[in-house]
Amino acid sequence: MNRHLISAGDLSKDDALLILDTAEELARVSERSIKKLPTLRGRTVVNLFFEDSTRTRISFEAAAKRLSADVINFSAKGSSVSKGESLKDTALTLEAMGADAVVIRHGSSGAPHRLATWVRGSVVNAGDGTHEHPTQALLDAFSMRRRLGGLDGRRITIVGDVLHSRVARSNVLLLATLGADVTLVAPPTLLPVSVGSWPCEVSYDLDAVLPKSDAVMMLRVQKERMNAAYFPSEREYSRRYGLDRDRFAKMPDEAIVMHPGPMNRGMEIAAEVADSPRSTIVEQVANGVTIRMAVLYLLLGGETVA
Amino acid sequence: MIIKNVRVLGGEPVDIRVEDGLIAEIGPGLSGGEVVDGRGAIALPGLVDLHTHLREPGREDAETVLTGTQSAARGGYTAVHAMANTSPVADTAGVVEQVWRLGREHGHCDVQPVGAVTVGLEGGRLAELGAMADSAARVRVFSDDGKCVSDAVLMRRALEYVKAFDGVVAQHAQEPRLTEGAQMNEGVVSGRLGLTGWPAVAEEAIIARDCLLAAHVGSRLHVCHVSTAGSVEIIRWAKSKGWNVTAEVTPHHLLLTDDLVEHSPVGAYNPIYKVNPPLRTRADVEALRAALADGTIDVVATDHAPHPVEDKETEWSAAAMGMIGLETALSVVQEAMVDTGLLDWAGVAERMSAAPARIGRLPGHGLALGAGAPANITLYDPSVRTPVDPSGYASKSRNTPYEGMTLPGRVVATFLRGRPTVLEGKLT
Repeated sequence: MNRHLISAGDLSKDDALLILDTAEELARVSERSIKKLPTLRGRTVVNLFFEDSTRTRISFEAAAKRLSADVINFSAKGSSVSKGESLKDTALTLEAMGADAVVIRHGSSGAPHRLATWVRGSVVNAGDGTHEHPTQALLDAFSMRRRLGGLDGRRITIVGDVLHSRVARSNVLLLATLGADVTLVAPPTLLPVSVGSWPCEVSYDLDAVLPKSDAVMMLRVQKERMNAAYFPSEREYSRRYGLDRDRFAKMPDEAIVMHPGPMNRGMEIAAEVADSPRSTIVEQVANGVTIRMAVLYLLLGGETVA
Repeated sequence: MIIKNVRVLGGEPVDIRVEDGLIAEIGPGLSGGEVVDGRGAIALPGLVDLHTHLREPGREDAETVLTGTQSAARGGYTAVHAMANTSPVADTAGVVEQVWRLGREHGHCDVQPVGAVTVGLEGGRLAELGAMADSAARVRVFSDDGKCVSDAVLMRRALEYVKAFDGVVAQHAQEPRLTEGAQMNEGVVSGRLGLTGWPAVAEEAIIARDCLLAAHVGSRLHVCHVSTAGSVEIIRWAKSKGWNVTAEVTPHHLLLTDDLVEHSPVGAYNPIYKVNPPLRTRADVEALRAALADGTIDVVATDHAPHPVEDKETEWSAAAMGMIGLETALSVVQEAMVDTGLLDWAGVAERMSAAPARIGRLPGHGLALGAGAPANITLYDPSVRTPVDPSGYASKSRNTPYEGMTLPGRVVATFLRGRPTVLEGKLT
């Protein structure tokens, strides 16, 4: 494995499988009454969050604490960053504090790459701009593998605002590495012009793709995209690309529904679909802690799993 | 003074006698007076840059007229056109005269100010173009560079208005709505990197419109930093109609491509490659080289854009756009055009000296080396290859994308009206 986890595309198939398998082992530990492992005792993990994301930060925090690491939460709001400190100076500060790993969430694509040039510790990308969110893709893959029994040859459909989605980018790369067949479905305005070069299929027709899907991942669509003319109205988006009950019925019986959250119920996904037993949305959250434990554990070279 | 043993435009070795700032005689075996040994270097007419950001007034932390003209001299330039996007903007006779005077006082290289087209570069109303033209700086090139004159009516009026004093509007072609928040060339790499794309069409649409406008009002249009294959096609078409359209390309657009943003020795997302217009694809680079070779593109202009370290040592989206280029331009042109067989040294002299002086209506520059011409001369040794090391640059800034690359050639000496500004590669 690399020293950092910045892009899902940096993971070889062996790396990805090692993370997923390690997560399986750690999940078994989590079922014990005492969930905490001593593996990262004395190591420091910094959560460096330039964007508000309580969900992701808590997930990383729980993961690090279950491995007994010391956790420092550094939120940009109200800190020196809001007083104009540069990312580089923040990085040098963390470096001086002896951070073994820095988990970074940043609104600018590529910020983790830059950070990695300024710190010695491992950098974990917890979402950068509209680029990537590799631990989300890993937890999605973990969730799918558990439900579907494997990923090789599985047909995964990702629906929504691919253009601005770091979740979609990381998922396409990771799922391709793991041998799944990915199809992106979106209005053409919400796909990169170069999407033809990605390792996946592309369709504008959700109804045609649903019957051939083993998993359908709905992406959050931000309503403000409407104002930039990406689509005419919420209702039109929902009619053409929303996963409502009728569309849900077109999916194969065993197919699952996923969403990275937070959801716009009634927009990209109907409430009864989100809450159905075939939805993995709550599991994804739980699996997030497990997969982040595996990532920190492997990057920081912990001892063997107890 | 005799400059011994130089090869004019790469020809046979000759000597050049300089008297009173003029070339008195060129021929073999000249003697008498002070001697500068050219050691077989190529002699070119002093280079003229049509597109330089000197940053003074306003951003003297990035560059000043002094350091910028020293940088220009070291790059073989005897004249630069100083872009108008300073603070205050060069949109009045007062500001352009100040910049022009600073250039004269320092004496490393002539500084010809460019005037803003619109007040404050804001695209709202015309700046006093006539006053700038009539000032001591006698401005002939007008540009809102950094911003596009996107309003079609305003562009039409500017093109028409400058005819009265033989001016030219140099357009920064960038449709603003299509490039809101744009970070890099829109294509395969931007899609992967999740950076907002700067589509080629945003440049091409403006160029097409402006060519049609220039034809309609019978005026001169100059297109700044052409960066796409499509732009080349449009300019070629406009020229085939006989319209008065000229164009420039930067050295970096002749050599570098957008995949450096993803894969480079200095890491992904390194803003050293952030520039406007953005680096494009290999196909664009090939089209630009071919266009420069066949004359569709008239000029190599540096778009030398100095920025202090802290404006580049950031995350990509926060970084300033631009690259320095005066001290590497000739080497990059040799690498991209001469060593590839696309252009000979006469062609280099045309594209980097004669044509920019002609477009800028700059007297005393860009003239062929011959008896009676001002002794603006650049001596260049194309035989060496060295790693680019900006630590010794005269520019105040270090934002060169070529650091660590090995490039050919070296400016040996520069003469401004017979007076050496650079000798043995060093400022005099």
